[in-house]
Amino acid sequence: MTGSMRLGFHAPETEEELAALVFEAAETRTPLEIMGKGTKRELGHPVGAGAVVSSEGISGISLYEPTELVMVAKAGTALAEIEAKLAENEQELPFEPVDLAPILGYAPGDGTIGGVIATNISGSRRILKGAARDHVLGIRAVNGRGEVIKAGGRVMKNVTGYDIGRTLAGSWGTLAMMTEISLKVLPAQRETRTILCFGLTDQTAVEALCIAMGTPYEVSGALHIHADLAARLSDEEIAGAENPVTAVRVENFPSSARYRANSLRQALLAYSPALELDGERSEAFWNDIRTLKMFQDKPNPLWRVSTAPTQAAKLVGNLSRKIDARVVYDWSGGLIWIETPPLTDAGAVDIRRQLAELGGHATLIRADDETRAGIDVFQPLEPQHAILSAKLKHAFDPLGIFNPGRMYRDM
Amino acid sequence: MSPLILPDPDRGVTSRRNDIVKQLKRLVPEATLIADEEGCRTFESDALTAYRCLPLAVVLPSSTEEVSAILRFCHENHVKVVPRGAGTSLAGGALPLEDAVVLCLSRMNKVIEIDPSNRVARVEAGLTNIAITEAASKHGFFYAPDPSSQIACTVGGNIATNSGGAHCLKYGVTVNNLLGVRMVMMDGEVVEFGGKHLDAPGYDFLPLITGSEGQLGVVTEATVRLLAAPEGSKPILIGFDSTEAAASCVAAIIAAGIVPVAIEFMDRPAIHVCEHFVPAGYPLDAEAALIVEVEGSEDEIEYLLEKIEDIARDFLPTSLRRSQSPEETALIWKGRKAAFGAIGQISDYICMDGVIPLSQLPKALDEIGWICRKYRFDVANIFHAGDGNLHPLILYNANDSVQLERVELCGGEILKLCVELGGCLTGEHGVGIEKRELMYEQFTDEDIDQQVRIKEEFDPSWLLNPGKVFPIEGRDAQRMRSIELTDLGPEVEAGVDVAIEAELAEGHEVP
Repeated sequence: MTGSMRLGFHAPETEEELAALVFEAAETRTPLEIMGKGTKRELGHPVGAGAVVSSEGISGISLYEPTELVMVAKAGTALAEIEAKLAENEQELPFEPVDLAPILGYAPGDGTIGGVIATNISGSRRILKGAARDHVLGIRAVNGRGEVIKAGGRVMKNVTGYDIGRTLAGSWGTLAMMTEISLKVLPAQRETRTILCFGLTDQTAVEALCIAMGTPYEVSGALHIHADLAARLSDEEIAGAENPVTAVRVENFPSSARYRANSLRQALLAYSPALELDGERSEAFWNDIRTLKMFQDKPNPLWRVSTAPTQAAKLVGNLSRKIDARVVYDWSGGLIWIETPPLTDAGAVDIRRQLAELGGHATLIRADDETRAGIDVFQPLEPQHAILSAKLKHAFDPLGIFNPGRMYRDM
Repeated sequence: MSPLILPDPDRGVTSRRNDIVKQLKRLVPEATLIADEEGCRTFESDALTAYRCLPLAVVLPSSTEEVSAILRFCHENHVKVVPRGAGTSLAGGALPLEDAVVLCLSRMNKVIEIDPSNRVARVEAGLTNIAITEAASKHGFFYAPDPSSQIACTVGGNIATNSGGAHCLKYGVTVNNLLGVRMVMMDGEVVEFGGKHLDAPGYDFLPLITGSEGQLGVVTEATVRLLAAPEGSKPILIGFDSTEAAASCVAAIIAAGIVPVAIEFMDRPAIHVCEHFVPAGYPLDAEAALIVEVEGSEDEIEYLLEKIEDIARDFLPTSLRRSQSPEETALIWKGRKAAFGAIGQISDYICMDGVIPLSQLPKALDEIGWICRKYRFDVANIFHAGDGNLHPLILYNANDSVQLERVELCGGEILKLCVELGGCLTGEHGVGIEKRELMYEQFTDEDIDQQVRIKEEFDPSWLLNPGKVFPIEGRDAQRMRSIELTDLGPEVEAGVDVAIEAELAEGHEVP
């Protein structure tokens, strides 16, 4: 039953306005598509809602205490604004959020912090510093009943009640609409150095990356990239190497970064480290990775696969016998970006067949509307998890107002 | 002592006690079942010993299958279940109920797998925290969360309360180091969440489970993240002539872009008690001391300690002492880790666990001192300064019922102060029964109702660890709320007045 609520685009400017709007939507059973600036709108199943609610009017940094390592920002605050403010104090978001905007046709930094947390997409440094969700200290949100709720707070440690804030991370706006987020931030790294090996097979590269992760040098990036994708990177020497590239990053104050890089070269001697990047060149390399530069120019389907590092090379090897996959391994193999040819199912069947055997899950990050409408964008859930997910959804949004079908068709 | 409201015992269950015990025995013959009063007595409280209750029975299973069978049976027979690890909770999270079976996981203490390539360990939930690091150390790895009870407390208990420890400023707390669990739902269903991969396929249930105090399910196995052990570590001990100077120094260190692996704070009473207990060379002339620890290679450590010393000098330290040897490092930490025990030697105490924003530290310590003077208690402060997690230890005489009642009021006032200053009621101990009634200090009706709705989806009959976390049993919260809110203020006032009068009557001085 759809009642009298005005359809179209809404951008409330306060939490109270948003709560009133959601309350009205709940009363009239009007489904709402939830977004920030809409830079990830083409991700997930298309939401069939007549009304769209954006958080972009609920914007601004509410509190920033650099000496407490805490920032509180309204959900609609642009990621670029947050990062600029942190940079003024030589601080940063430690989880190095992957900027999906450029591969989905938007400008870099265009997304909102609400979108970053709602999708929990963390970057290369996740292996050392934790995911986006790990840095959520508290939230304010509006649930599907139109009630304002808060959880957690603005302090580092908090076990006062259930951890609803981190639970909302990665829920893609299907449980509640966040209005404000408290985040743990950290001092920015003073220097970054990157050690590169060329020509390693996938299996050997993952082995090298896992060895690097086992050293005490606080490796903050552990990447392996196929030659055809490395050719699309900005660094001319790397792009021209015509070889797969394996990259290990260390960071810290300058003398420590130098020490760690030297120590790592020794630890990785058997893999013939051939090049070391420092300063801006090293930063530029990781900025390419963070903005998925290697996937920006071609519109091919793109998958994000999460698995145990030691299964990664086998998964890609098996998959490559079926389809022409171009691959980047991040998180020492735990995260795999896979570009597939424009097949009808974008390679879903083959990828998920491998995951059924080797463990893990896959999300289709980019594909045209038709493809996304035809397959499961998010990993289909085991029956037990489907039931529990429906229960969790019911606890927050009993009428199914928020983003119906975005993650799973019947939820 | 103040009466504790617990859910009304289900007489239908307590009257069938013998029958229930008999059926449990038949159901899980391999599990250890304790039903005699003397045996149950061991489990009548956790580390919050002020509250005790004999359970219906205690069962110690040895496998997930047994846990599942027990929960299914209890579910079908409407028997409540109180999960328990080592019983080190300081908040009464494992307090038994008269009509509940205590499900103690301590026999499920195996390391299932250490996987150095993927840097994870799979362990049973009854394993002690420290045993993970012990098993992983031969591969050069460790498990980061290190609560001070780590030689006794279990992984399952750590998950239930999202335990932290001294080193969580750098490494995070349990939720940041947990990758997967096997959990048994109240109806006996066994569910796996997460695994060796780093993020969730759909909704992330791990943060919801972590810190839920055993109310959503019983975790029987956990997959945790292992980290490469640092090359070395070294603390520096800095004395200050005021708590303000110590607090400002902490802020200045972080403002300089340094995040030490630990920053521990001790005030004058804590310094004296600890030094008396373990002569570690703590500065007895100081009003406050910081233990700041950094990690890395020798050069990295020297560089960071140099910078920290430079920063500290701006705050006119009364002493600056860098550890000169591993023995000295061990001694400095021994003093800190023995603190609660040392204070326990001279007095009974209750340990608060509120958290405040770091910038409020001087004000918080000042107010805590004032509150304790008002209630006429001595207090020692020793806590993790980097993350603002305060642990005021209020010293009192547990055998004096008047003091016992008063100390609870005093503690409650301190926690309310933490919330007022922008913090929270509990950083790592959990709400349990101790802080349930204070939840409305921090949350609105809507906030609590949202949490209660989650509980009801997981455990609609409220059989799993009921009576904890939420102000009285969640389902009755609505009914009781108005009473709680209107009565709490005057009650506190009256309680203090009564206590002071009692002291006066005994001829004691009251300031």
